[in-house]
Amino acid sequence: MLDMLLDILSWILLLGGALFLLTGAIGVLRFPDFYSRLHAVSVCDTLGAGMVLLGLMLQGGLTLVTVKLMLIFYFMVFSGPTAVHALAEAAQVSGLDPVEDDPEDG
Amino acid sequence: MYSIATILILVAIAVGLVRAFRGPTLFDRVMAGNMIGTLTVLLVAVLGFMNGRPEFLDIALVYVLISFVSTIAVLRVYVSRHGDPDSD
Repeated sequence: MLDMLLDILSWILLLGGALFLLTGAIGVLRFPDFYSRLHAVSVCDTLGAGMVLLGLMLQGGLTLVTVKLMLIFYFMVFSGPTAVHALAEAAQVSGLDPVEDDPEDG
Repeated sequence: MYSIATILILVAIAVGLVRAFRGPTLFDRVMAGNMIGTLTVLLVAVLGFMNGRPEFLDIALVYVLISFVSTIAVLRVYVSRHGDPDSD
């Protein structure tokens, strides 16, 4: 009974995380400005990856596999925001100024 | 279950590639590269679970760090060459 519950929970987490990755990716495609796309990337990285890895952890059970998955999540949580910060800072230094008004809606 | 997640991740990578090609500035491309890097990490992890091969996770673990270091490296090179002289 318990492992059936674990399977369903990991199934939901895995597909939910994959859907979040997809929404983050679509957000990266459609946002008008570079800095708003940065937001979509970081949402996609930390949340989608977190749910997918959590879903895999439930499948892995209490073994070395789960420890490795936690390590991956640990590095992803630290490296994701740092990379996005470096991107924003580099763009700012190189004089890329954010778009104030959205060109489409005039 | 794993195959559906793999297909979704592959679609997300394709969308990231579209942004990489279309991105006007260099930073869009570096951002898309960073996003595709983390998506590849997840793809390798899910495929490792699908084929029942736990050693795939070591590859995913190393690739998280490599993609992070490569993003920082590309940015550092670009800023050192094209950074504004007046910024500190």
